[in-house]
Amino acid sequence: MHELSIAMAVIDEVTKQVAGAGGGRVLSITLRIGRLSMVQEGTLRSSFDLASAGTELLGARLEIIDVPVRIWCPDCSAERELPGIQRFACPECGRLSGDIRAGRELDLESIELEPFDPTATEQTSTEQTATTPTSNEPELIQPQPLQQRDQP
Amino acid sequence: MIQPRILEVRTKILKANDETARAMRRRFEAAGVLVVNLVSSPGSGKTALLEETLRRLKARGMSVAAIVGDLETDNDARRLARSGVPVRQIETHGLCHLEAAMVEERLAGWELAGLEILFIENVGNLVCPTSWDLGESVRVALLSVTEGEDKPLKYPGLFNTSDLAVITKTDLAEAVGFDRALVLANIEQVRPGMPVLEVATKTGTGIDPWIDALLARRVALLNSR
Repeated sequence: MHELSIAMAVIDEVTKQVAGAGGGRVLSITLRIGRLSMVQEGTLRSSFDLASAGTELLGARLEIIDVPVRIWCPDCSAERELPGIQRFACPECGRLSGDIRAGRELDLESIELEPFDPTATEQTSTEQTATTPTSNEPELIQPQPLQQRDQP
Repeated sequence: MIQPRILEVRTKILKANDETARAMRRRFEAAGVLVVNLVSSPGSGKTALLEETLRRLKARGMSVAAIVGDLETDNDARRLARSGVPVRQIETHGLCHLEAAMVEERLAGWELAGLEILFIENVGNLVCPTSWDLGESVRVALLSVTEGEDKPLKYPGLFNTSDLAVITKTDLAEAVGFDRALVLANIEQVRPGMPVLEVATKTGTGIDPWIDALLARRVALLNSR
């Protein structure tokens, strides 16, 4: 269950990055996960749901880019993508190679924030002020109900 | 007109761990300490090998120490303390791997200068420790002859991030019908070129080459400074 630790690290890093960019509601988070990181996508998703509850990231969508392993084949002088992670051999010539060029990634690629809508700004801020007069953070994220999260 | 707002971040998810590990590695290297991270499944003989290793290195007059990670209990630390070297326990309370910050915390107040080799016995698990750098100089994957020859193929991530493999309990190889050539081939497939040592802690077979390999790594560390 190292996925829970990874999900928590994603939440920490995203929260930091968003704050640094002036705040905003997070719609989606794109991760690049190499196959050698031994991360189970399903477990990572449920860990993220679990860990994001009670945070401003609740409801954010996880986009996961699966990164296959690529090795450098010295015989072919070429980078080759491997079909799996059990055999580090060039799929063309069979030469074993420990020169790994991709597949260990555990990267936070990008964060999609709720867009600014200039036509709606005035109205939105009026509404915000009207409903939450004490709030000085109009972009405060409201938690979404669990069942709505997976809908497009 | 609605503008999409995308923050192109391109950073490591475990950046905080990586930074802590990097800082520790610098400290270890500056102090001339070889740090050995032992990883394996539970029951592969990490603690037994470590106990024997600590005893032998101490007998040679070397300054060695160990940090041992377990989900619960300090049984292993107490067992290792019998060798007479400094041992500290990390109880992870359910966490399946050690993280750099846990090691850093356990190092607090420990004088690194003069220490020659520090062993970190990771939590017994062949998956979770894979992506957590602990600032180690060398990651050693242990595999006992009783576990099945296909372990490296089932857990390629951990074997692939290791620098050295040690096959343990070789005194039981015959009894369990261990296929040595097959396991060597499997290790070579998932980590081409990784050196493999074979030990039987109980009988002492293969312990000397293992000790020699550690000493050679430490010399290489000192020379690289």
